[in-house]
Amino acid sequence: MKLIVPHIHYLAILPVLILFGGALGLLLATALVRTKVTTRVATAVTALVSLGALAATFVQWSYVASHGATTTVAHAIVLDGFSVVATGVIAVGLFLTAFVAHDWSLREHVSGAEFQILALASTSGAVLMTQANDLIVIFLGLEILSLGLYVLAAFDRHRAKSSEAALKYFLLGGFASAIFIYGAALVYGATGSTNLTSISYFLGSNIVLRPALLYAGGALLVVGFAFKVAAVPFHLWSPDVYEGAPTPVTGFMASIVKVGAFAALLRVLVSALGTQMDTWRPILWVLIVLTTLVGASLGVVQRNAKRILAYSSVNHAGFILLGVWAATLRGTAATLFYVMTYVPVVVATFAVVTLVGGLGDENHSIEKYRGLARRQPWLGGALAVLLLSQLGAPLTTGFYAKFTVLAAVVDAGSSTLAVIALLAAAIAAFFYLRWVMTLYADDDLESTRIVVPPLTGFVIAVGVAATLVFGVWPGPIAALAQHATVLFSP
Amino acid sequence: MHSSLWLTMLLAVPLAGALIAMLVRRTEGRSYLVAVAAASVEMALTVCVVVLYNNHVAGAQTFDFASRHVLSAPFGLAYDVALDGISLFMVALTSIVVLLALLGARDRRREPSFVAWLLLLTSFTMGSFVAHDLLEFFIFFELTLIPCYFIISQWGGAQRSKAALKFFIYTFSGSAFLFVGTLYLGFAHQHQAGGALTFAYSALSATAMSHGTAVWIFVAFLIAFAVKMPLWPLHTWSPLTYAEAPTAGSIEMSALLAKLGSYGLLRFAIGLLPLALPTMRPIVLTLAVIGILYGSALACVTPDLKRLVAYSSVAQMGFITLGLMAGSKIAMVGAVLLMFNHGIITIGFFLIIGFIERRRASYTIKGLTGLQGPAPVLAAVFTVVMLASIGLPGLSGFVSEYLILIGTFGTHAWWGVVGAFGVVAAALYLLWAYQRVFHGRAEGANATMPDASTGERWVIAPVIVLIVVLGVFPQPVLNRITPSVQQLIEHATPAGVNK
Repeated sequence: MKLIVPHIHYLAILPVLILFGGALGLLLATALVRTKVTTRVATAVTALVSLGALAATFVQWSYVASHGATTTVAHAIVLDGFSVVATGVIAVGLFLTAFVAHDWSLREHVSGAEFQILALASTSGAVLMTQANDLIVIFLGLEILSLGLYVLAAFDRHRAKSSEAALKYFLLGGFASAIFIYGAALVYGATGSTNLTSISYFLGSNIVLRPALLYAGGALLVVGFAFKVAAVPFHLWSPDVYEGAPTPVTGFMASIVKVGAFAALLRVLVSALGTQMDTWRPILWVLIVLTTLVGASLGVVQRNAKRILAYSSVNHAGFILLGVWAATLRGTAATLFYVMTYVPVVVATFAVVTLVGGLGDENHSIEKYRGLARRQPWLGGALAVLLLSQLGAPLTTGFYAKFTVLAAVVDAGSSTLAVIALLAAAIAAFFYLRWVMTLYADDDLESTRIVVPPLTGFVIAVGVAATLVFGVWPGPIAALAQHATVLFSP
Repeated sequence: MHSSLWLTMLLAVPLAGALIAMLVRRTEGRSYLVAVAAASVEMALTVCVVVLYNNHVAGAQTFDFASRHVLSAPFGLAYDVALDGISLFMVALTSIVVLLALLGARDRRREPSFVAWLLLLTSFTMGSFVAHDLLEFFIFFELTLIPCYFIISQWGGAQRSKAALKFFIYTFSGSAFLFVGTLYLGFAHQHQAGGALTFAYSALSATAMSHGTAVWIFVAFLIAFAVKMPLWPLHTWSPLTYAEAPTAGSIEMSALLAKLGSYGLLRFAIGLLPLALPTMRPIVLTLAVIGILYGSALACVTPDLKRLVAYSSVAQMGFITLGLMAGSKIAMVGAVLLMFNHGIITIGFFLIIGFIERRRASYTIKGLTGLQGPAPVLAAVFTVVMLASIGLPGLSGFVSEYLILIGTFGTHAWWGVVGAFGVVAAALYLLWAYQRVFHGRAEGANATMPDASTGERWVIAPVIVLIVVLGVFPQPVLNRITPSVQQLIEHATPAGVNK
């Protein structure tokens, strides 16, 4: 038997190669270099590598713009505008997270390059998910992404909660992966392929007389993704894991993981199973209603900043799902726009939470924020802006993010869903505002000042600037998301 | 046609004022001066706009100062401003409110932020009133929430957190419906006309739709505007919020922001969705009448002055809604006039209550007695404002209520009959409150309460002047409002509005 090596278009997988290469390089360096690789060096390498990946996406973009979307590695990897932009977002997310993690490591005396190595490897998995055109590749990406995260969640060895979070995440993530791969197997059984284009082609040219297998497979795939993006009722792990994991890791989970998972979900549902829209839309409808409402309502009763953000992230997942539900070009562009604007905001929010957490990463009660904006107007004000952006206030990107997904849903014909989601946003407004109110409270002005290290300060400034600048002037991002979607393949 | 630069200036001046006020915050009191200067410039600009306004522009009907710039095509986002006779007086009210609120209800606690928020709020409110695009209106409408929220939650009374949250969540939920209705209308237009997504007022008003669709969108709009007004039964946030807000906040919200609701109802619900009117008219009229009676009844029994004005506002907003929805031109003109008059009267009420609160640290009716003795001037101005609110001929309230009621009698007599009881009730609760607070024998702190200072007299004087002038000589105002209302009705005529 002759082994046929498929043609590989290296530009398509360049960002993955850069990120994973960076991880391997750091790993080898820690083994080979005589002196210990310091956190400073590791962070610098991570930042450079993520900038390299970002630069690669520019090259990819110009290639896609002139040559159109292509697939490579036996059609398992796709290079299209959507994947390029999503990859760029992930690279930016990693760049910012690396800085937050740097200051966190110095504070917690976590030395060495392991954190950065794992983060780089995880990120390459997320990038792979955005480019996957095959259920197996999605699974690969998912696993590469998750394996690093399981360890990262446990990175704070001094705190039992961190290990608890990691174990929880590992067990439930393992379940989710198993469910996903089982779904992939069933879909393969029903359609004869794991390639998304082939599945789409098969379903477009055949009538499935006994669709039970296909439906079961599709449902399991959706459940697998729902676990990853923490959609209700598969969200139960997220508050505990968000609370337990080191705060920069939580920021990583809330941003980069979401981008990868949503990109893959969009490809599976819209590209591969687009013909079955009438079947999966009602399921997603229920999922969205539950996710937005439960996320918002449970967030109201939380008193821990990280748990609040966990439920806020559940609520946002519901909103991003709206774009998937629409299953139109507008919906896809909206999903992309949402994650593009959401990533810097959420990383910056967790950066502030990391700072307030203090030594030991323990001070996450909402009471720790009392009067923060009075004592430190810049830091507190930044958090207030970030929270208002997550709430969806006008003049921030959060408003336009909600605008685009809701517009897509209304255009696709369900005003009811849009109203329900917005009412959930009104419930969520409650906990964002209560937090903002705590920031501006009068009492407890005597607490100690929080030192803002330069790198973390930079990340917070970037998040605030991004949300305000593009909140006034959303055109460029929206145009980018639209162009990227025009180049969406297939 | 005049340049739209005037309107842009109206938006920009308070914004610049807010910015400068924050920049000079280090020097004690300087922010306040900057804010007053900005509000004065705003007032001067407004006077110019009112004088310049031309109610017959070729091609733009009664809209003057119009211009449109598309900001972001994918969102259908545009900067589109225009002014007609209806928004003209809302713009005037906005300028008056901010100037008097600054002068009459100065709050020295963290003054720079306070005046900055107040100026921001002014800019956003201006934006809502001059917006000639549904989406733009919505964005400004939402934006007003943020300064309001901070003003209540940071400078309010004891229950300020609760009040601010309740206000925000209520209005935000209402806006959800407005937003979805807006999007729906925009897409309906795009599917019909093709081309890019647009929310331009003139484009949307040409959208054809089925009766059912129109009714649903109307309901969605109505919910948002009813919360803002507040219209019964969505008024429950207002008494707490008006009572807990600092005086300047109460003035802004009840005199001005409530009008955003009625203005939106007129401009966007009635103006864009005339098809829904036959179905919605009896429902909204009934709600309005219930609001009048309910607000009046509660105003009779409420224990403090701020809540009294809050409930009386519920009743007055009921009158405005009655006029807007009665389907008669006279009633609509009266309603627009009442929007302005009620604003002025409410400024008067809250300023006086603020003066009393400043002296006595209380505004409960029980704690205040016989203030007429020590403070005759305060009592006198309160009397004028009160009589205007009751609708005494010769004062401004009378003209507008009269127009509304005769208009309504012509088209929907029974609703008019029941609504007219509100006028009687207003006399009842206001005179009774006046008796309890100002009559009788003053004892203790009440007996030594100082009368209005010279500064306070100057602040309240414009209110009294406007109340009297508009009561005696409303014609210039009516001349500017009527053509615009006429035009709005003509658009709605196919759906059966009587001229």
